[in-house]
Amino acid sequence: MTDPAPRTTEPAPEQAPLPAPTTRPRQDGEGGRVVREILSGNAVISVLAVIVALIIGAILIAVTDPRVGSAAGYFFASPGATVNAIWASVSDAYGALLRGATYDPGARTWQGKLGIFETLTFATPLILAGLSVTLAFRTGLFNIGAQGQIILGATFAGAAGFFLDLPVGLHLVVVILAGALGGALWGGIAGVLKAKTGAHEVIVTIMLNYIAAALVLYLLKNQLKDPNSTNPVSPKMPDNALYPLLLGPNFRLHAGFILAIAAVLAVGWLLNRSTLGFEYRAIGTNPLAARTAGMIVSRGYITVMLIAGALAGLAGTAQVAGTEKSLDAEVAGSIGFDAITVALLGRSTPWGTFFAALLFGAFKAGGTSMAVNADVSIDIVAVVQSLIVLFIAAPPLIRSMFRIRAVRREGASA
Amino acid sequence: MRRAGIAGPAHRRPPAPTPRWVESLKLELKGITKSFGALVANDHIDLVVEPGQIHSLLGENGAGKSTLMNVLYGLHQPTSGEIHVDGSAVAFAGPADAMAVGIGMVHQHFMLVPVFTVAENVALGNESTGRGGILDLDATRRRIREISAQFGFDVDPDALVGELPVGVQQRVEIIKALAREAKVLILDEPTAVLTPQETDELMDIMRQLKANGTSIVFISHKLREVKAVSDKITVIRRGKVVGTADPSAPTTELASMMVGRSVSLTLEKSAAEPGETTFAVTNLTVTNDAGQRVVDDVTFAVSRGEILGIAGVQGNGQTELAEAVLGLRRHVRGSITLGGTELVGRSVREVLDAGVGYVPEDRQDDGLVGGFSIAENLVLDLYKQRPFSRRATLDRAAIAANAAAKVAEFDVRTLSAADPVATLSGGNQQKVVLARELSRPLKLFLASQPTRGVDVGSIEFLHKRIVAERDAGTPVLIVSTELDEVLELSDRIAVLFAGKLMGVVPGKSSRELLGLMMAGLTVDEARAHLDHPDATIEREPA
Amino acid sequence: MSTVTTQPAGRPAGQPAVAGVGPAPGSRRTPIVLAVLAAVAIVVFAVLGPGGQATFRISQDNDAWQVPNLVLPAKAFGVAIAVVCTALAVLAYRQMRANGRIAKWVTLTYAPVFVVGLLVWIVGGTTTQNITLVGLFTGAMLITTPLVFGSLSGVLCERSGVVNIAIEGQLLAGAFTAALVASITHNAFAGLFAAAAAGVAVSALLAVFSIKYVVNQIIVGVVLNVLVSGLTGFLFEKIMKTSVNGATIYNQPAQLPALPIPLLSEIPVIGPMLFRQSIIGYLMLVLVAAIWFGLFRTRWGLRIRAVGEHPKAADTVGINVNRTRVRNVLAGGAVAGIGGAYFTLVAVSSFSKDMTGGLGFIALAALIFGRWNPIGAALAALLFGVAGNLQSILSLAGTPIDGQFLAMLPYALTILAVSGFVGRSRAPAADGQPYVKG
Repeated sequence: MTDPAPRTTEPAPEQAPLPAPTTRPRQDGEGGRVVREILSGNAVISVLAVIVALIIGAILIAVTDPRVGSAAGYFFASPGATVNAIWASVSDAYGALLRGATYDPGARTWQGKLGIFETLTFATPLILAGLSVTLAFRTGLFNIGAQGQIILGATFAGAAGFFLDLPVGLHLVVVILAGALGGALWGGIAGVLKAKTGAHEVIVTIMLNYIAAALVLYLLKNQLKDPNSTNPVSPKMPDNALYPLLLGPNFRLHAGFILAIAAVLAVGWLLNRSTLGFEYRAIGTNPLAARTAGMIVSRGYITVMLIAGALAGLAGTAQVAGTEKSLDAEVAGSIGFDAITVALLGRSTPWGTFFAALLFGAFKAGGTSMAVNADVSIDIVAVVQSLIVLFIAAPPLIRSMFRIRAVRREGASA
Repeated sequence: MRRAGIAGPAHRRPPAPTPRWVESLKLELKGITKSFGALVANDHIDLVVEPGQIHSLLGENGAGKSTLMNVLYGLHQPTSGEIHVDGSAVAFAGPADAMAVGIGMVHQHFMLVPVFTVAENVALGNESTGRGGILDLDATRRRIREISAQFGFDVDPDALVGELPVGVQQRVEIIKALAREAKVLILDEPTAVLTPQETDELMDIMRQLKANGTSIVFISHKLREVKAVSDKITVIRRGKVVGTADPSAPTTELASMMVGRSVSLTLEKSAAEPGETTFAVTNLTVTNDAGQRVVDDVTFAVSRGEILGIAGVQGNGQTELAEAVLGLRRHVRGSITLGGTELVGRSVREVLDAGVGYVPEDRQDDGLVGGFSIAENLVLDLYKQRPFSRRATLDRAAIAANAAAKVAEFDVRTLSAADPVATLSGGNQQKVVLARELSRPLKLFLASQPTRGVDVGSIEFLHKRIVAERDAGTPVLIVSTELDEVLELSDRIAVLFAGKLMGVVPGKSSRELLGLMMAGLTVDEARAHLDHPDATIEREPA
Repeated sequence: MSTVTTQPAGRPAGQPAVAGVGPAPGSRRTPIVLAVLAAVAIVVFAVLGPGGQATFRISQDNDAWQVPNLVLPAKAFGVAIAVVCTALAVLAYRQMRANGRIAKWVTLTYAPVFVVGLLVWIVGGTTTQNITLVGLFTGAMLITTPLVFGSLSGVLCERSGVVNIAIEGQLLAGAFTAALVASITHNAFAGLFAAAAAGVAVSALLAVFSIKYVVNQIIVGVVLNVLVSGLTGFLFEKIMKTSVNGATIYNQPAQLPALPIPLLSEIPVIGPMLFRQSIIGYLMLVLVAAIWFGLFRTRWGLRIRAVGEHPKAADTVGINVNRTRVRNVLAGGAVAGIGGAYFTLVAVSSFSKDMTGGLGFIALAALIFGRWNPIGAALAALLFGVAGNLQSILSLAGTPIDGQFLAMLPYALTILAVSGFVGRSRAPAADGQPYVKG
């Protein structure tokens, strides 16, 4: 049987439009395809997005630096002075950022020199929470609620830490499980409401974030309050409940980082190799077809939000049983929101999320050193991070900035 | 919702009292080409619509008719070519420009805002306003009543559009165009959602409009309708005009022009050899979320080695019936048995595991995951079984091997089974769905709209596969709104109207009989009506 | 394309079938919710109700027109409230059984009755057992005003089909810019205009990325909030904290004075609440009315609603969908920017980092709880404002309920609303879906 219609007249324009097909030119072999993708595709766009965002950050740093301002005052007399001032301003800031995030030969102590381990420490909860957002996103759910799930995870983990007295090893395991449970509970609420009532998970998770913040504050004023403090903070976690430090007492890097790497591997297997992940991806791409193929979409939404919540809850344990060692209202910081940008920068793949989290961890570690050594507020990091995500989300913008030819598409606009 | 009013000749509505003569306009398309990237949807199309003429544009699904009309209506800009109105070239930057010269369009998918009233929908974009842009819907209401009176429509300007039956919604669309003083009205596949009787009423309206001087471009792939109403017919195939014809031209000639070669209108298939009856639907009632009975006390059975076709106008419960069998519906009463096993109350998974192969009516929404590869789509409901997975882990090699075999067996045109299924043509996508559903031993094969939006070559292939499944001894249930397809495939035909079964008739029944049943007559009433065509049948609205 | 720009799920945009708009299944849950609340009223307000009296002080001491205090026996009043709530719940259940829907007045009566019952129970349970209504409501306006502007921004954007998660960022940008410009120019009105411009600037980014580059609107909104927070935080550290001769000259904005309206401002409770406001407060009242009227009574509004419900239908009648959306998003930015100016020109006399503190998200909640209707959103904002202010008032007086639970109220109510437990909250059909011709 032959198909009389040549390929070029398909798909029929009278039908409902297809999801824009991402056909690559047919004449390319496999090798050519890879090269092309690297040249004009995601990788270059990502790198350029980071560069453009850093340049905009540099402009902000330079413009607000009083040294540049005073040099610009006599710009026409001595334009070189302005250029030098700008260079000094930007290189001071980014230099401090880079050294703080990696290796600072000028520092006096080893922990000061090896900022790279601070980077990994900051990256740990970002990896876990980023995986939470990634996993939900691949299932078609927008988990804006990692923030609340981290808080609940940290709260549960904290409670398990303070109220239980268990032997070494077991206590930490219980703390980790409690954290996962807390996050799963909070994520599960959004999953159940989505599955059973159709409530939009974006709205629900945003609202749950604020409820979690109010809840933890209440608990910190009452049940979880450190009796020796006037502030709403918890007591210190007992040693048994803490993640062991990986590099001795001089560095904060803890075993939570190992857990995070294990989570990357696990989520990678789950998404790409497991039957459950097959269901999640099918539901995420086309829930109606998934349902017709016998998958239970509502169960998928509920279970994936339980897992995603548990991952974010683990990020909470990394805070309360790792980095911070106690619970306060700011335990989640901005990790929950950073996790969204991490997942986007990582293009919703497990390893992409891992490396994006490392980058953002580096920004955090370096940002602190930049604030101290170059007097540039760490807020600039938030600016750069958000710009990166905006640029990555809009590849045509970056392409037009750098005049990169887009991958040609067949009939994509039909 | 829909009335079962059977309008005999005596019931034809009287001509409009004082027709408002519309100033006619001549429309010419010269060498219109429209391409989307590499895809050429329209290739140097010439078309002349004389004033006051009903000009039909005949072509298969996907021939490029709608694209051409979207160009004419300003929704798309032509890649090359010109549009002339009364001899002078015009360029449309958007629909507003087309409307300004007097072109109106009734889209295949109605362009109505469901939460707006009729008046708001008619006013939209053409609003009468008082000072400061304050809406004056009274002026619009008056205009709607005026047009309704002229054409005998019964349309309440303050009804919510979303609550109106489709037939009435279509009239709202026509009013919308007429309220803008349309001199040329484009009707894009207007009969797809109508019963044969509603179709007749629409044709009356078209003739009335023509009498008023409105030109009509009637887009359809249904030969009978085109022949019945047109002054002139232009046939389009694969984006090109292949010729023009008079409505008196023989059907077979028009058909071969449309599909490009002489087609045998009947599928070669041997007579059915029905075996034991293994699939039975008994007193099945399906209620939707709003509490309406969308399938109402339906009983039928299918035997092994037999194809039962379910005919009916779109929206008369076929979709819900099919979904109820698969376990997709919530409020189901009655019984569906397959080889003695009760299916009502089972999950989709359990129904599939019981041996039901299911082809959904909308493959892109329900049958395929567009972003998944062809290989993944081929195991979309088999991924949990060996050899495709073991211990919750997918076996990619087995999935790829399966894909290679199925792509070859079903002649799926693709370079790689790893490509996203969305890159395939409609026909090839449908082959993927059928390949998947036929790839395990079946106790029932249920296909809804098995060839909707599929090219002719693939249709033949798919039909042959369905008949082969029948010949292998599987009971087959086909749901189709294309009467031709039902007639071609079925050994017996059941007709649904407003959720009720109007009767089951032999596969060789006449089109007229089926048409009456599709309009809401039981098989006995329909036969009686055919015997005594002058008698009008009084029926309560369904 | 990567997952970044694709909608997570759902049917392709632009082709909604013209389907029935029957009652949402969610509304069937309403009697259950009402019954649960009635049970709460019986147990908490009546059975466990505090003894003694709850005093509501209506007039302030210096009011020209003194109204005596309202004194209610807390427990007896709680019993009365419980009876009314139970009766209404039963009525709702019977109406639902009989007609499949509940008369609007039932729920509209239930809500205020329950809220009053809650208020009496709370006040009766405090140590002082009295509360100044004027203080409660005028204080609430400090929260309500920016909430209303924020939710009106949401109304403008979302009615045209663009989800606006960036309200928080728009408010914050407005607050910062107003403070900076009003400090430099010593002119509060210059600050007000600059704030509107800052809101428009945030909106412009939302429009460019979500409409021109078709990036998922939720992503853009989330990211813009981070961007504005970072940018204002950075500039605050760099510019505003710099002191010249011991004064932070860039963070001392000129203030907008209160402009009491004669006579009207003397009405008890309402007067101080609504008619002793700054220009921004009056602008709020005007905007709520104007946007409501505009949306539902004018050509402008008809077109916007069509674009938000069924953009393709709007396109086929010659309405430029994306231009309409861009205009609305920009207008929404201006409105939210002005709301942001309220923080630094009226409420607090200087900018501080992240001073909007999540109010943008409560504004989003008010928008949803108010069913995308300007008046509904304003009333929701008032409710949330009262709850917020009650929280701070109660933190001073001993109370039977922790303030943190009042803080959760807006969020919890919104979750109930979107889950269909409280009424029906339906977003415009094309909300969040980019419109691409084709």
